[in-house]
Amino acid sequence: MGMTITEKILAQHAGRDSVSPGENIWIDVDVLMTHDVCGPGTIGVFKKNFGENANVWDKSKVVIIPDHYIFTKDTYANRNVEILRQFVKEQGLENNYFDPGSPRYKGVCHVALPEEGHTRPGEVLFGTDSHTCTAGAFGEFATGIGNTDAGFIMGAGKLWVKTPPTMRFVFEGELPPYLMAKDLILHIIGDIGCDGATYRAMEFAGDGVYGLNIEERMTLCNMVIEAGGKNGVIEPDDVTIDFVKSRTDKPFNVVRNDPGASFFVEKVYKTSEIIPTVAKPHSPDNRGVAQELSDIKITRAYIGSCTGGKMTDFKAAAAILEGQTCQVPTFIVPATTEVEKGLKETKRNGKSLYEIFEAAGAHIGPPSCAACLGGPEDTFGRLNGPEVCISTTNRNFPGRMGSKDSQVFLASPYTVAASSLTGKITDPRKYLS
Amino acid sequence: MEDIIRGKAFVLGDDIDTDQIIPAHHLVYKLDDGEESKKYGEFALSGVPESQSGLPQGKIPFVEKGEWQSEYKIIIGGKNFGCGSSREHAPYALNKAGAAAVVAQSYARIFFRNSVNGGYLIPFETANKINDQIATGDEIEIDVKSSTLKKVETGETFPLQPLGDIEEILKSGNIFSYAKEAGMM
Repeated sequence: MGMTITEKILAQHAGRDSVSPGENIWIDVDVLMTHDVCGPGTIGVFKKNFGENANVWDKSKVVIIPDHYIFTKDTYANRNVEILRQFVKEQGLENNYFDPGSPRYKGVCHVALPEEGHTRPGEVLFGTDSHTCTAGAFGEFATGIGNTDAGFIMGAGKLWVKTPPTMRFVFEGELPPYLMAKDLILHIIGDIGCDGATYRAMEFAGDGVYGLNIEERMTLCNMVIEAGGKNGVIEPDDVTIDFVKSRTDKPFNVVRNDPGASFFVEKVYKTSEIIPTVAKPHSPDNRGVAQELSDIKITRAYIGSCTGGKMTDFKAAAAILEGQTCQVPTFIVPATTEVEKGLKETKRNGKSLYEIFEAAGAHIGPPSCAACLGGPEDTFGRLNGPEVCISTTNRNFPGRMGSKDSQVFLASPYTVAASSLTGKITDPRKYLS
Repeated sequence: MEDIIRGKAFVLGDDIDTDQIIPAHHLVYKLDDGEESKKYGEFALSGVPESQSGLPQGKIPFVEKGEWQSEYKIIIGGKNFGCGSSREHAPYALNKAGAAAVVAQSYARIFFRNSVNGGYLIPFETANKINDQIATGDEIEIDVKSSTLKKVETGETFPLQPLGDIEEILKSGNIFSYAKEAGMM
């Protein structure tokens, strides 16, 4: 019987010919990523169990990307970055460390990893962040873990996993110009629920998916965790391979589904039947459509994060905000320094995206996770009171972006930008004729 | 691992995510510093909206203001307990506050794994919904060997799913002691 991409990658990393869903196996790890929130705890677990003077299992495979609490006066948060700095120095991990305040600083880890060539087809990536699943867009097995598992990998280079069955989601038909990957994934999560893929892999396929650029594919895989998924994955094609080759010289192994691979379920959607989609408070599976929520007034709009803070997201927002004025405070947070540079260098009708956002009255912050997960009180864009925010981020559980009294609606950059112009939730189609 | 876990229940609803278990701005304290790490106990479940905290009545704090230990030892949840982020601070915070077990219909994968591999608490699963049949403050007894949960006052019992694969890790303490015992480290 044939295997899925996920099963094949896991089998290869377990040194076996085949694996079946449900089997517990030990697999070798290609990359371990951690950041400032979970890095100090991971380092603590590693030292406690492997010894104060132990070395990480492979220096070239440990990547440390501080991104969560960077631009804050919080002394605990700053101390945590200092702990990472010391560890990097002690272990000689400088090549894979991106220090805040230095020209090497990157920003959001899930966007920084591919920019720096650390996401490659056929590999196994673990990270101490639930959105590590983003990297499945590159045809690899990528998932989030806690400090204990990460501390184990740091010393041993391997981890046990339960082989997940694969749910396959096929989008038929190229994306209409008013839809983005965010609409597709919110549509799926609304369909299967926020535990609809628990313990399972989610594979995306169909011409609606293969027509997406690499950043949009990342958005799809990024939110599988919001359906409980273990990993998201997309079979590599030329788009994937060209991107990866442009970022690394390291060889990689393209893995595809076997003919006859067996799927737990296959769901087929027609992109022409989907319209701009919104997740209402307080859960990513509380699905609505923008056109039916037009009476909901918002007090803030937010465009940023690993989910919605990439160049494709800002190009979409700029297409709507160009020459217009935001009616509510609108916060723009590029995911990484590379995206920030892109905002200044990419132009529309002679103006940079940065200039377009400034002219519309938006507030532009420095690259980091920022208010996507609330964070310290002085975090840029944080919801410190009963705000009603429409956001390109990934979660809207109570208090996710700050105050428990706030409400968060999740939507695509098109929908968020259109809503910013009216002060109410707005279907972007009227701005995209 | 104790054979019998007895204590007061703290009841919650469905989809209790990690931001409700330990809000993100608290993820900055040291986990291996005895004094500083008490803050995780202090703020455990502080992100749960008041009306949903300590069901069915609500408005019951899991940890009293200024304290870091809870009077509740067993948390009763619904579906998809621990969804959201990968922060191990979530089961850690519940453990720090004194919780020994969570009983829920289902779990998010990473929370479940962190609870077991870090040895913080036992995540029991139930076949049916039980968070509408137990009230916050009820005295509860869990018999680990026979996989049953009992309301002490009424004697009413509810079946729990067997622990399966994770039992050996929980018995060892955590994934490291398990791996050492199994000769893997």
